[in-house]
Amino acid sequence: MKKLLIPALISALILGCSSTPIPDDNGGAPVESRSGSSTGVTPVTAGGMDANGLPRELTDPKSKLAQRSIYFDLDKYEVKDEYKDLVASHAKYLVANKGYKVLLQGNTDERGSREYNLSLGQKRADAVKRSLTLLGAREDQVESVSLGEEKPKNAGHDESAWSENRRADILYKAADGRGEF
Amino acid sequence: MNNMHRISRRIFLSLALLTAAVAQAQLSIEITGAGANRIPVAIADFVGDGSASRIVTSTVRSDLERSGLFKLVDTTGVALDENSPVNHADWKSKGADALAAGSLARSPDGRMEARFRIYDTQKGVALGGAAYVTSNDQLRAAGHRIADYIYEKLTGEKGVFSTRIAYVVKTRGQFLLQIADADGQGAATALTSTEPIISPAWSPDGSKLAYVSFEKKKPIVYVHSLATGQRYIVANLKGSNSAPAWAPDGRKLAVVLSKDGNSQIYTVNADGSGAPQRLTNSAGIDTEPRYSADGGTIYFTSDRGGSPQIYRMGAGGGDAQRVSFEGSYNVSPRPSVDGKSLAFISRREGRFQLAVMDLASRQVQVLTDSNKDESPSFAPNSRMILIATEIGGRGVLSAVSSDGRIKQRLSVAAGDVREPAWGPFFK
Repeated sequence: MKKLLIPALISALILGCSSTPIPDDNGGAPVESRSGSSTGVTPVTAGGMDANGLPRELTDPKSKLAQRSIYFDLDKYEVKDEYKDLVASHAKYLVANKGYKVLLQGNTDERGSREYNLSLGQKRADAVKRSLTLLGAREDQVESVSLGEEKPKNAGHDESAWSENRRADILYKAADGRGEF
Repeated sequence: MNNMHRISRRIFLSLALLTAAVAQAQLSIEITGAGANRIPVAIADFVGDGSASRIVTSTVRSDLERSGLFKLVDTTGVALDENSPVNHADWKSKGADALAAGSLARSPDGRMEARFRIYDTQKGVALGGAAYVTSNDQLRAAGHRIADYIYEKLTGEKGVFSTRIAYVVKTRGQFLLQIADADGQGAATALTSTEPIISPAWSPDGSKLAYVSFEKKKPIVYVHSLATGQRYIVANLKGSNSAPAWAPDGRKLAVVLSKDGNSQIYTVNADGSGAPQRLTNSAGIDTEPRYSADGGTIYFTSDRGGSPQIYRMGAGGGDAQRVSFEGSYNVSPRPSVDGKSLAFISRREGRFQLAVMDLASRQVQVLTDSNKDESPSFAPNSRMILIATEIGGRGVLSAVSSDGRIKQRLSVAAGDVREPAWGPFFK
């Protein structure tokens, strides 16, 4: 049903004759999708994809799967209980969507050796990877890497900045190779 | 520390020809300490071609002074060449223990020839001399060679004025891997990236750098030929690839890979061929490998004992012995080229400071009073250690003598400087 809604909307916009969407249950005839600003049409890919070619359920702020960061305590790399649900949701998505892959990027705060921090970030990414694979994600769907202290989310130099930077981020890639990495 | 007195002499040798963009990435040097017993030395103005002589003379003088081991004796108005007769008693009475005199002349092929001699005024004898032929745009290099010669004659150890340093500048969202002379002059950018670059490491022959680049959204180890700009990947396995260290023969690199689940130390061939060979097998993090100068030992950081500490093992792997014991965070081991000491970063009361261990006695000395020292790197004569540190919230480089007395600071006007690596002796 959802599949039909968008071509129907496009057809309504192209015709320019009505601002009222055609009800999605009447199954409007497929319309050739055009792109380019000259048409006055915003291109939309059927299936509810975002600009990276990922389904909206991964990026819509209202969706749990849009939460992509798992935060860690100082010098620690265990996934805390408060993130178990989130990790489980991502595992479930990977199990249901075998063609999808994730890149887990581990991060640390700025204190100490850059190379040791790189390894510490790797441990954090690995901890998330272990949780995902234990919950059914396939090994080849998940790559864990580290950005160490090199890509801070918060550029500050106090505990509130550091706690934001001690984290692992989940990036998605669709089966067609489009996505966030 | 100690009774260090501040010379605080700023040397801004910014060349008028530099564009603003280059100038803001140019290192400037500030000297903030000197040795206790500096050798008084007179460097007479070099004779010959005016501007060329001035460049060579000032390069020699500033090199020697910056080292913290020499005190320059005033030579105002005195121009001597290498063949001028020397009145030793006169120079002795001016307080000079040594005197250098030389000249510059154009050779038939249009290049410049610098000739000089160095004298011991106490004994009234010539200690030696040399001639260097150089192109007109390499006069500072000739000055560095002369300063190295004088340094070696007067101290008995090799000078490092002709060596180069590599470091990373972060400015305006860009990361620049730069190479400069040891005095921070003549900076050239080898690589520009919008993603971080860390851990540059010089090949033993000084022609290449290995480093970690994040340009592909994950850490990958590259080897980069400085003269040609050609670069190739030596480690891009699943997971993270980092911490390259050249074996002294230049044929292998120790690297840290997480392909088997945890950061562990491997070797790879420096030409990128073949499969990695695993050296460590621990449940913790093993990283920051560094070969001893004889190639027989690898020092590294590991948290196998619960906190990050320094260990060592044979270059082929096997059993490791813990080397650092004081404190709960000792990282970034760098053995000196002479094999006598180990520089590392030690956390003390939440502050990260440069420390040096005498490997024979295991005695540890903290050399700085800073908060955020990182990435130590020995000069090839083992006398100075280059580190990254932070002053006023900005990343700067600092060179500290291995006894902690002499300190120099290198900073750029706009941006953070970090990840220094001191190159090998000039060949």
